Order: sequence, then C-alpha cells, then structure tokens
Amino acid sequence: MDVKHGTFKGGIHPPYGKESTAGVPLGFGDAPKVVTIPMSLHIGAPCTPVVKKGDQVYLGQKIGEANGFVSAPIHASVSGKVIAVEEKPHPNGDLVMSVVIESDGQDTVDPAIKPYGSLSEMEPDAIKKMILDAGIVGLGGATFPTHVKLAIPPDKHVDCIVLNGAECEPYLTADHHLMLTKPEKVVMGLKIAMKSVGVSKGYIGVEDNKNDAIEALVKAAGSDTGIEVYSLHTKYPQGAEKQLITAVTGREVPSGGLPADAGVVVMNVGTAAQIAETMETGMPLYKRNLTCTGDAIKNPQTLEVRVGVELQSVIDQCGGFASDPGKVIMGGPMMGVTQFQTNVPVIKGTSGILCLTVESAKIPEPSNCIHCGKCMTVCPIHLQPLYLSEYSQRNRWDKCEQNNVMDCIECGSCSFICPAKRTLISSIRVAKREIIAQRRKGN
Amino acid sequence: MNDLKLTVSSSPHIRANHSTASIMQNVIIALLPALAVAGYVFGVWALALVAICVISCVVTEAIIQKLLKKPVTINDWSAVVTGVLLGFNLPIGAPWWIAVIGSVFAIAIVKQCFGGLGQNFMNPALAARAFLLASWPTRMTSTAYIPVSDTVTTATPLALLKSGELASMPTTLDLFTGLNGVYGCIGEISALALILGGLYLIIRGIISWRIPVIYIATVAVIALVAGQDPLVHIFSGGLMLGAFFMATDYASSPVTAKGQIIYAIGCGLITMIIRLIGGYPEGVSYSILLMNLTAPLIERFTKDKVYGVTKAKKEAKA
Repeated sequence: MDVKHGTFKGGIHPPYGKESTAGVPLGFGDAPKVVTIPMSLHIGAPCTPVVKKGDQVYLGQKIGEANGFVSAPIHASVSGKVIAVEEKPHPNGDLVMSVVIESDGQDTVDPAIKPYGSLSEMEPDAIKKMILDAGIVGLGGATFPTHVKLAIPPDKHVDCIVLNGAECEPYLTADHHLMLTKPEKVVMGLKIAMKSVGVSKGYIGVEDNKNDAIEALVKAAGSDTGIEVYSLHTKYPQGAEKQLITAVTGREVPSGGLPADAGVVVMNVGTAAQIAETMETGMPLYKRNLTCTGDAIKNPQTLEVRVGVELQSVIDQCGGFASDPGKVIMGGPMMGVTQFQTNVPVIKGTSGILCLTVESAKIPEPSNCIHCGKCMTVCPIHLQPLYLSEYSQRNRWDKCEQNNVMDCIECGSCSFICPAKRTLISSIRVAKREIIAQRRKGN
Repeated sequence: MNDLKLTVSSSPHIRANHSTASIMQNVIIALLPALAVAGYVFGVWALALVAICVISCVVTEAIIQKLLKKPVTINDWSAVVTGVLLGFNLPIGAPWWIAVIGSVFAIAIVKQCFGGLGQNFMNPALAARAFLLASWPTRMTSTAYIPVSDTVTTATPLALLKSGELASMPTTLDLFTGLNGVYGCIGEISALALILGGLYLIIRGIISWRIPVIYIATVAVIALVAGQDPLVHIFSGGLMLGAFFMATDYASSPVTAKGQIIYAIGCGLITMIIRLIGGYPEGVSYSILLMNLTAPLIERFTKDKVYGVTKAKKEAKA
C-alpha cells in the first residue's frame, strides 16, 4: 500500500521529548490495592453510583449508570470490596462522587461478560449499543462518549472515518506504543466503527516521527482497500481534530460545525483498539496506555494502567521523582492540566503524567507585545492571537467575537511561540468563556 | 504526600527558547558587518557616533521608564537596536550632540510617548533621522559626508545621479561593496554587508523575506522602466539598510503576509517617486515613514481567511 503524506498550514515544532519513553518497551501497571473511580470520567453528565459501601464487585462490573445520552457507564477496574462511595479529589480540580474499591487481588471477571462475536454477525445498532455498554469514550484526552460520535444525525452525510494516531503532543508515546503492540486491534476497531456508521472508507493518520507504527499499521491493514494509512508531517497540532481532517481529506470543518459537517468522524487509535478488544472479549473500558515522563521522573515509561489508580503510585512505579517536581501535568505539555496533588486517580482521558522540575516549571515574565506576528503565522486556525488577546484584556468581547475567537481550538501554539512570553491563549480562553456566558444569559 | 509544592497554571507548559532580547541581539549581530565596513571606511569617529547613539538611547529609555514608574526594560536590547540604526543613519560629519538629540527624540518621543516597545507607529530611528534632517539640514547632508580618501567629490551616488554628474559616479562594484570611495550615511554604504546581515535575519526566521525582497524588486523594476540602471538604484543610498532593517521593524509594519507585500510595494513606489521626480536625491526614509502610517490600515484589509469560515457564512454573520 502506498502511504500518502498530509499536513496543514501553521503549527509549531516544540521540543518533542519522546525519546525517553519511545524506546522503552510498554510496561504494565502494578496491580493496585485500592482504586478510586470518579463518577465523571467523560465529557457529559456524571454517572450515578449503582454500588454501595460493602458491596462485592467483579472486574468489569458496572458501578456507575450513565445519565442521559451524552454520558457513558463506568465499570470496576479490579474485583474486590467497595470501601467507600464518597466525594474524592478529581484531576479537574473538583471533588467528585467516587467509588473506592479495595482489590482482592483476584481480578475475578464479571460472569455476565462474554465475547460479542464477530464483526459479520453484528448489526450497526448492536455495535453502537456495545460501545455504549462498554463505557467507551474518546481516549485521545477529550473523553467524548464514542456512541454519541457514531450516532450521525440524519441530516448529515458522513462518508469516512479518520483514526487519529498523530500523537502530536510532545513527550507522550501512549498511542505510539499502542500502534506498535496492537496494530491489528486498531485496524479491526476502525472496521467496526466503519460498519456502525455505514461507510466504506477509513483512514489512519500518524505523524512521520513514528514510521515504525506506520509500517505496523500498513501491514495490519493488509490488502483491505477501504483502509488507508497517512503519514503526517510531524508538527503540533497535527492531531487536532480539524487539522487532522484537513491533512487527510483536504476538507475544512465549517466554523462552528462538527467533523460530521465535513463528512468525517474522527476517533483516536486507542478508542478504536478498545472497540476491537471489547468485541473480542466483552470487557468494558477499564485500562489505558499512559506515558509517565518528564525531567522530574526517574525512569520515564509508557504503561498500561487501570482507571482509578492513583497518579502517585504510577509515578512510584516509574522510580519516583528524580528531583522536586514543580508541575505535575495530566496530559501533555501543550494542552495538559496541572494538578494540585498527586493523590488523584487516572481517568479514561489520562494519556500522560508529565512531571517537570521546578526549573522547567518556571513561568516566564510576560513583556510588551513586539508585534512580530509569529503567533499569527503558527495559528492553525489562521486567527490573529495578538489582537484577540488585546481585545480580551480590554473586555472587548464584541471585537473578539467578530474576529472569530470562538473558532480557536486552544492548542496553545501562540503562547508557545511568543518571544515576549505573553499569555495569549489564557486571555483568549477568558474571552471564549465570557462570550459563552453572555450567550447563555441571552437565551 | 501533599507537601509537594506544585505550580498550577494554564497550558501550554513549555515555551519556545527565543525571547524579545534574543531577537534584538540577533538584529545587532546582523548589523555588525555593516558596522565593520563603517569602521574601515570612515574610521573611529563612525564607531564613536554609533556608540554615542546606543548609550543615549539606552540611558533615555531607562530615565523615561523610571520617571513614568514603569519597569525598566533596557535589558530587552531594543534601545540598543534603535541606537545602532540611528547611528547608521547619520553622516560621518555629524557632531556628537546631533547623535544625542536624535537618540532622545527617537526613544522619548517616538517610542515611549506611544507606549514603549511594540507600540510605536513609526520606526523610531527613521523618525529621528527625519527630525534631524529637518532641523539641521546642512549638518545632515552633502557637506557632512567628509571624504576619507583624497577623492574630490563629496556628493552621494544618488545626488550625482540626480544632478547628472555621471562621470564621477563610483563603479557598480564599489557601490556594492562600499569599500572604495562611496559616500553616504555611516551604515548604508556597503550593500554587501547589509545583504549578509539581512540574509542572516531571514535564515534565523526573525524577519520574513517578503518586505526586503519585494521592496528591492519594486525599486529595480521602476528603475528599469524609467530607463535607469537598476543596480545603481538598489546598491545606492539607504535602500539595503531600509529594506532589511528599517521597513521590517515589527511594530510599524503589517503582520499579515498579504499586507507585507502591499506595504513593500508601497515603500518601493514612494522611494522611486522621490528619487526620480522629487526634490531630494534619496527617498528611502520618507517612503518607509509614510508606509508605517498605512500599516494598521493595510493590516485590517489583509486578514487571512479563518479556517472553516466560508464567504457565505461571513456575510450571513455581517
């Protein structure tokens, strides 16, 4: 198969920092003694716990019931006893209702779980139900419930699925390891998703700094003519949904629209692999790959870790801190969320735990904008961050809106590149929140 | 475990290595070849004038910021760049106090009065040059270009071109290198040295090729159309200095790609109108200053198309 090349206009070349974990074989997280599973592991309505203190639970048993359409059920990631159902710290900074399970070390699988069968036997609706029941959400980090993504509104015409294997966030190698160890699962998951939405074309986009993964995927796709692997220029944010769609299909997602408006459904490679795994074994989503790395980590590594494991125990498994950490970030350095503490659990969207030393975590002092225009050159949406930020600081939300601030994907390229170290993206975020709040008030 | 002192901030958590200071330092590196030629051709006084400008600019900036109770930002090197550029725009015969007055005007009036770094709507060094030229015309022009060799002429190549004294015109090669009996301001005589510096800035990604290349090309084309030697026009006067180092001033030029093209063509056009039909022999400074004024307007009409925004949608919104 010919591997086509794709890219987008704009973007940055941050230091990648992937060497420290790309070469280390995929590890497996130690069996946890206790897991804390928050009832909010996805975008959308939180779940209601369906177990209570003292209950015995199996591995893979449902412990949280989805509320509403945009939600996904939550399952136990160990077998054992529920020791608490109470509010616990969540990586988003809030206290969230959580189920705490003490593992019995047996990993006894829920007897109700059985394989779903083969792809040819499953109808599109049954596939969507399977994905919902297994609590599968977008594993790229956004954790949008996958069954919602696959439920295409009747007025939209989707003709292909694009799998996101770009992994453009520096430092992270979770998807890279997944594509190397489970390429056939990724391809199978893509086929399942294609059948569920009734399309015959599927693409997998991977940045060209992962040629081994591209090779593995091409091999796994074999002679299937419906599936094409794309080699993408290594550049951040190549894996941003809109940029990926443009790089692979040449289409643009209309302003304010969804990928489906461009005829595309985008899904992370990890999500696809999970769909294939669920169909084969019946197991719900209860573990994922994450990269524990950064200059403050002694032995950086990518591990397969269960949902609900404390960040600190993953850090400990990677040799602990090499020096005092200044920042602990859930996710990558460009879009990750800083943590107040390390006693929060791994959630479905945890693609990485990045620990930076006090030195690397220093926040530079911003100075005057010198009007160099670099933020504009790198903006993948072709906005003018220098002016948007200025309007925002003067509370001119109307000017922000006129200048398409709502199209900003918050990739942070502008702040990264700014020589004056201005906090462009922060002021743009403020403007977006303000405008959303005003729109709500208006309604 | 919670005794960890963790910083919580919004993303991104990594920043590019460059800074305002590193950009300014690179501009100074790019100006060094021309400074070396100035020292070689004009002698120590040329270097001293540049030094006087640099010191006056930095001191003025520090004093003004102190007076206005603003953080003193002289370590961003921007005042040094203004100082060197102003020095480059002085004739070798300029007295020291002209250098000082020009520096104070550039920093205090043109830069700090409008909000400091990045806020000036004109290039400070050029505005100061225009101010000096208007205030002390004789000290800033022809008679001030003291010859260093024993050549008889004291006129600049463009003045010769204007008056038609083509016999005393230096060769094109001399105009290009500036090393042999060419008269002009301290920093503008060697096209070669300035091109070297300009290429360095383009390669380092500090300036875009658009403004200098299109500016120079416009001048060459108009010279050709007017039936004059385009090489003489592009290697003489302040064009190289202006195109690579003055017109590209971040604060006073458009940021958009299309805008930079229009701005550069405008600079070339005005330069040649002044050179060919205006009263002055040279038009680079005024052309850049005039185009500086149009930069915000040009920028407004040359915005890039935003991703995913179609024409129909834009109109529906409006």
